[in-house]
Amino acid sequence: MKQLVILSGKGGTGKTILSAAIATLAPNKVMADCDVDAANLYLLLKPEIEETHPFTGGEKAHIDVEKCTRCRECADICRFDAITENKDGEIIIDPISCEGCGVCSHVCPADAIKMEEAISGEWYVSRTKYGPFVHAKLGIGAENSGKLVSEVRKNAKEIAEQNNLDFVIIDGPPGIGCPVISSLSGTDLALVVTEPALTAIHDMQRVVQTARHFQTQTACCINKYDINLQNSKQIENWCEKNSIPLLGKIPFDEAVTESMVQGIPLTEYTNNSATEEIRLVWQNLHGLFSSGENRK
Amino acid sequence: MILSIASGKGGTGKTTVAVNLARSLDGLTSVQFLDCDVEEPNAHFFLKPRIVQSKPVFLPIPEILEENCTYCGRCAEVCAYNAIAVLKDSVLVFPELCHGCGGCSLLCPEQAIKEKGQRIGVMEFGETNNIHFIHGRLDIGRAMSPPIIRAVKNHMNSMPLIIIDAPPGTSCPVIEAVKGSDACLLVTEPTPFGLNDLRLAVETIRELKIPFGVIINRSDIGDEQVQDYCAKENIPVLMTIPMDRNIAVAYSKGHTIVETQPAYTRRFLELFEKVKSLKK
Repeated sequence: MKQLVILSGKGGTGKTILSAAIATLAPNKVMADCDVDAANLYLLLKPEIEETHPFTGGEKAHIDVEKCTRCRECADICRFDAITENKDGEIIIDPISCEGCGVCSHVCPADAIKMEEAISGEWYVSRTKYGPFVHAKLGIGAENSGKLVSEVRKNAKEIAEQNNLDFVIIDGPPGIGCPVISSLSGTDLALVVTEPALTAIHDMQRVVQTARHFQTQTACCINKYDINLQNSKQIENWCEKNSIPLLGKIPFDEAVTESMVQGIPLTEYTNNSATEEIRLVWQNLHGLFSSGENRK
Repeated sequence: MILSIASGKGGTGKTTVAVNLARSLDGLTSVQFLDCDVEEPNAHFFLKPRIVQSKPVFLPIPEILEENCTYCGRCAEVCAYNAIAVLKDSVLVFPELCHGCGGCSLLCPEQAIKEKGQRIGVMEFGETNNIHFIHGRLDIGRAMSPPIIRAVKNHMNSMPLIIIDAPPGTSCPVIEAVKGSDACLLVTEPTPFGLNDLRLAVETIRELKIPFGVIINRSDIGDEQVQDYCAKENIPVLMTIPMDRNIAVAYSKGHTIVETQPAYTRRFLELFEKVKSLKK
């Protein structure tokens, strides 16, 4: 069983469009949407939810104003500026700023602060016409998106193992921080989707470095490569210099938006030069995975 | 006024709006520009600031003074992030899990823990025309971006306009970047993905009680659902920017819209007038 994560660094380069297309091409797999704070893959895979599980990402501090003596010791030690005074002089805790460290509850001499579990999202196991799908919804402003990503991945992997599936395919979040690290750790390959814009190239390089930091093999593909051929060439050169396989160059295609509006993966919506290139990306991925097998 | 630019979905044009607004106002109002998308900061590609200073950002993580430690386990018990494990005769610290809350050192009965700064990123300060520029950058392999966002925002000055370019998403880094703003612009695109993530961003900004308006980028692609949603929710649409291959090509080279199509300057100034009327 191989785990593939699709990343980009910069948002909006086409991770989810590509993930949905791969869902239609890859055999025997489970799909996982690990962009838990702005999950979109479900819009294309049209899941039927079979299981819903609550996610508790941590605790939040709650203050009992009756017990509070307004000594302000909690406010002094809070490093997240979550504890303030309201206009009536009452000490209040802002649940959005609270990071759940609990230090206030330990220092309060009046025992007025309690830590309570915060429900901070849900995760789902669903059925789709492309196979099983694990996805999630993080609560608004919730902490610990990395922990929810781990939960989604753990369950996707279990489904793959129980059903003897060949692939776990993970649609990852943008950026390089906590949820990205959780999405890529322990995967077999990170496919980085980029665009020929200076910003997207910079962001791709940072996410490739992040993957390498965690000893994950990387490959790249360029989306909308024809927007700026010179920059696309620069990406090709960079990939070559850094021994990163470039798996495909997908042209700009207006059908991408149309397919999204229809809620259909691109490869099922149309057949054109963009979908041909995506098929090539999948073949190349498949090739990379099998050559890895042979080496072992 | 502190104005943040956020989006939910990535790649909708947050940075485009932020840098073009800053450039349009350059010379008219003093602007401080804070790029708080510290995982992938991009505004410098367009504003091209001359960086004059850089400062590392440290997260205070525990250092155990073994000679004082009695291995009582109190630090591991109070750590909400499982960043400390106490064994029979040693203490393990996992810096990548530490949030820097300071609980362990504060609550250690033996004063056996002091904090040392661990570098997690850097801030760079610069200038471009009349714009004061700061961005944060998370170091590769580090998980925690909010402390860098906090550090950048601690350098907010008294300029009449502070523009904050926020990260995508709706979780802790976005909250950290946006909270305390007087107004927020949510940039979206008229597609199902754009709408889905706009809804989440709206919920987040409403929770923070910040006045906000929407900008629809690439406004002539997709469908009408974002417009319909905004109308139904009484959310003002403050600007629309059509799909324009010239804008996309200019963007790819690191050029602002107002540089390549100066007529847009007036549109961004009109946008700013509308933003001011949001601020209640």
